Order: sequence, then C-alpha cells, then structure tokens
Amino acid sequence: MKDLPWTPLVIIVTMLFVAVFAPILAPHSPIDQTLADKLIPPFWEEGGTTKYLLGTDVFGRDVLSRLLYGARVSMIVSALALLVGGGVGLVIGIVSGYVGGRLDNLLMRIVDAALAFPAILFALLLAVTMGQGLRTIVIAISLLLWARFARVVRGEVLAVKQRDFIALARVHGCSPARIMVIHILPNVMNTFMVLLTLYVGVVIVTEASLSFLGAGVPPPTPSWGLMAAEGRGKISSAWWLSLPPGIAITLVVLAFNLFGDWLRDRLDPKLRQL
Amino acid sequence: MRRYILRRLLQGLVLLVLVATIVFFLGRLTGNPVDLMLPEDATQEDRQALIETLGLDGPLHQQFGLFVANALRGDLGQSIRYRQPAVEVFFSRLPNTLMIVPGAMILAVILGVPLGILSALYRGSFIDRVSGTIAVLGIATPHFWLGILLIYIFSVQLDWLPTSRMGDYRHFVLPTVTLSTFLLAGFMRLIRSSMLEILDSEFVKLARIKGLSETIVVWKHCLRNALIPMLTLWGVFMGGLVTGAIVTETVFAWPGIGRLTYEAVIFRDFPLLQAAIIMDAVLIVFINLIVDILYAYVDPRIRLAE
Repeated sequence: MKDLPWTPLVIIVTMLFVAVFAPILAPHSPIDQTLADKLIPPFWEEGGTTKYLLGTDVFGRDVLSRLLYGARVSMIVSALALLVGGGVGLVIGIVSGYVGGRLDNLLMRIVDAALAFPAILFALLLAVTMGQGLRTIVIAISLLLWARFARVVRGEVLAVKQRDFIALARVHGCSPARIMVIHILPNVMNTFMVLLTLYVGVVIVTEASLSFLGAGVPPPTPSWGLMAAEGRGKISSAWWLSLPPGIAITLVVLAFNLFGDWLRDRLDPKLRQL
Repeated sequence: MRRYILRRLLQGLVLLVLVATIVFFLGRLTGNPVDLMLPEDATQEDRQALIETLGLDGPLHQQFGLFVANALRGDLGQSIRYRQPAVEVFFSRLPNTLMIVPGAMILAVILGVPLGILSALYRGSFIDRVSGTIAVLGIATPHFWLGILLIYIFSVQLDWLPTSRMGDYRHFVLPTVTLSTFLLAGFMRLIRSSMLEILDSEFVKLARIKGLSETIVVWKHCLRNALIPMLTLWGVFMGGLVTGAIVTETVFAWPGIGRLTYEAVIFRDFPLLQAAIIMDAVLIVFINLIVDILYAYVDPRIRLAE
C-alpha cells in the first residue's frame, strides 16, 4: 500500500467520479446557451460572478460544467477505443506470435505499414467520409492502437511459446485455439493490462487533438479538445476558454502515465523500453 | 546493399498501395461519391461529367484501375473549395510548411541531443531529472494546447510575438517552437537510452582502458553510435512531423500543407483531403527511403549484413 502512486491515483479516481456524476456535479447545463451571460470571466477576475465559477464561453455556456462533462467524453472514448483497438491488437498479436511463419510475416508487414503512417490522417479521412461522431472517433483511434498492441503482445507470445508447458499442452493434444486461449492468453494478460493503462493517455490526447481539428465528437458535445479549439480565437480576450481544458488533459494524462509506469514496474519490468 | 535498398523500396510501395486502397474504398463505399467530390451547387452536367471521368457507373475494380492510373498521372481530383486540381493546391502550399520544418528539426536536435547526452552521463542528477520532467510533460501535454499556451504567454501577456499567420521573422518563432516539441521529447529519450547502452558496452570500456580522454570517449566513440537509432526511428519522427504540421499550422493559421489538410476536413473537401493524404504518404515514403540509404551508408553493419 505504501508504494502506491497516490497522487496519480487520486487524480484518476476524481476523473472517473466526475465522469460518472457529471450531471449531479455540474452547476449548469453544458449545452444550453444563455447569450445574455456570454464571455463572463472566472469569479476571481473583474466582472466575474460566483454563479459561473470558471466563467462562460461565447454562447454563455458554463465553462466548469462543460469541463466536468468533458471528462465523460474522454472516458467513454478511451474505454471504447481501448476495448476495440486493444482487443483487436491482443488477438492479432497472439495469433501472429503463436502461428508464426507466413501469417506472422504478413501480419507484421501490415503492422509496420500501419506504424509508418500517421494515424491522424486516417482519422481525418474517416471524419470526412463517415461523418463526425463517437463511432468514427472510436474506429479512428482503434486504428492507431491495434498495431502497437499487436507488436508488443506478439513479442511476449514468442517468449511464452518456448516454455515447456506449451510443448506439454501440444503433446497432450490441445488444439492451437485452445492453447492460445487457455495457455497463452493468461500469460500475456499482465502485459496487456500495462499497455491498456499506458495508452489511456495517448487516447485522451488523440481524442482532444481530433476534436481540436474538427474531426472529433461534433459540437455542442463538451469535449476538452473542442473547448480548446473554440477558445483558440478568443485567447487574447478570454483565456479561460482554452486554458482550463488543456490543464485538465495534462493532469489526467500525466496521472495515467505515472500510474501505468508504476504498474509496468510491478507487473512487467521487461517492458521498460516501451 | 542493393537487396537492402530494394527491400526498403518494396516496403514503401506496400505502404503507398495500402494508403491509396484505403482512400479509394473510403471515398467510394461510405456514401455517394458524387456528393463527396462535388460542391453542393454542382449542376447535373457536372455530375454526369464526374461519373464519366471516374467511371463511377462501371464495376469497382475498373474504377480502382482508373483511380490508380489517374493518380500516377498526378490527377487526384478537383478541390471543391479552391476549384482547381487538388495536387496543384497541395504543391502551392508545400513551401510554406518547408519554411518551418528545418528550424523545428534543428531546434529539436540542438536541445534534445545535448540534453539526452547529459542526462545519460549524469544519470539521476538534476539535469537528468529536468529532462525527464520535460519528456513526461511533453507526452502528457497536447501539442495544440501547448501552442495556445505559448500564444497566451508570448503574444497576449508579454506582447513580444504575433499570434498567428505569416509575416516577418517574428511570425516564425512560435510555430517553429511548437512544431519542434513533436520531436524534442522523442529525441531526448532516444539519445539518453542509447547513450546509456553504449556507455556500458565493451568497446567503450576498451577505449577507457586504453587511456583515451573522457571527451574523446564520449563525443567520438559514444555519440556516433548513439546517433544511429535516430536514423532507425526516422520513420516514426516523420509521422510526428506530419501530425505536428497539421496541428501547429492549425493553431497558428500558417498556410502550409498541414493547415490545408485541416481546411479540407472543415470544409468537407474530400478530393483535397485525398490528395493531401496520398501526397503525404509519397513524401513520407520518399524521405524514409533517403534516410534508409543514408543509414546503410553510415552503419556498415547494415551494408554488410546482407
């Protein structure tokens, strides 16, 4: 208990709490516009009021409420993208590593190609052809994740494959599918968990960047990247629009990365080079 | 050597084919391609003309053949927004991006390489912790937001530098710095870890036993070898540069190919986006190939391994 990374954990738990209870915690609606109250600064600045603690944006929406709801978007996108992208990567990594040979060669060539090309371009392409939305952004980020997961998991499988209990299982007459699910999967689970934690940060930053570029969740959904984008043009007069979402992203990503580092050192020290 | 280059060339071609195939299928199968490629006010004649030039009434494999043939001739369609060939628009914006790329790369190297070396040499020291913190923050902070933060500090608060667009030399400072952050943390960590590995290697021990001065050992024997992984990972850095250009140019309204890509998304200009993506892929493959050849030239182990 003593060596648990408490600060990151507190930030992560707070984030999850906020994401789940945003409707109760938020003082105002994150979407409804009150044009009479537009561009009010935070309460400690001149002209600010305690009604809007962090001020309001160009449409008179409460920045704090949007920030709280933004945690929700980040968490939903992270969970779905990691589930899809990480899951696909896990399966491909296990199959590629265990089956080996030509299939492994082919899959790893595709992984190389996927890693060589900036995933953000595909994300933008998807946003234009499929339209903006949660589904598009989850697919886009999964496309970025799967190759990275597949590569690391495959490396791990190659090592596990050499161990005696796999040979024993084969002698016993286990089918390849059974070996992969019953014998290999549990042995790469630690690596997989560490990867999941370490990539939460990547997903959050990517989601924010895509929203910033107009290819994320469509407005008026309160996403941190979208908030920063909307505040970009007003930076000289209203800093409170774009600075708070960036601070939130940095804090949360930092927390997940530090926690992931700790988890890696605990569960899977071999991954140090990641 | 020749086999090595041929294999790299083949890998590049595979990437190009994959990118072109994905762009083609996303363009044809996710909706009505005519709507995707023409402005909303297009006339019936325009539509008919597009259907004929792209062979949209024919089977898919014929359309794909036509698409590839057109692409090879440099024809990737008409930009909806600019009403001229998308590839021409791309090339008219490319020089503006190339104006900030060298500065950003140089900045990342002159900051990242010494910091990486020093933190490897003085592991656990103050400087190691400082560069470690920069690296950690560099990963956690979204770059677009870092750009906004820089504008807020240096343009709004201090009023030293302009907030956006092109102009005199002062306009170059913030975009160059922001773009360099896409490379900086990576350079630093890479140099640090490869230096640590090399400092521990046999030939460095030998150099020390021979009584060579620490300066020669570090700067000649170690650094040369530590720079090799930077070439190996060049492909990753190239991807970072392309992403970086899109984000940086969007934040600073810099009229390069990154901003063009963003505009293509915002204005739903599919032909322009398709051209930008395919041309980016061509650039990436081309530059990676040059780096691979350089790599074989610099590192005899690659040349002789085949």
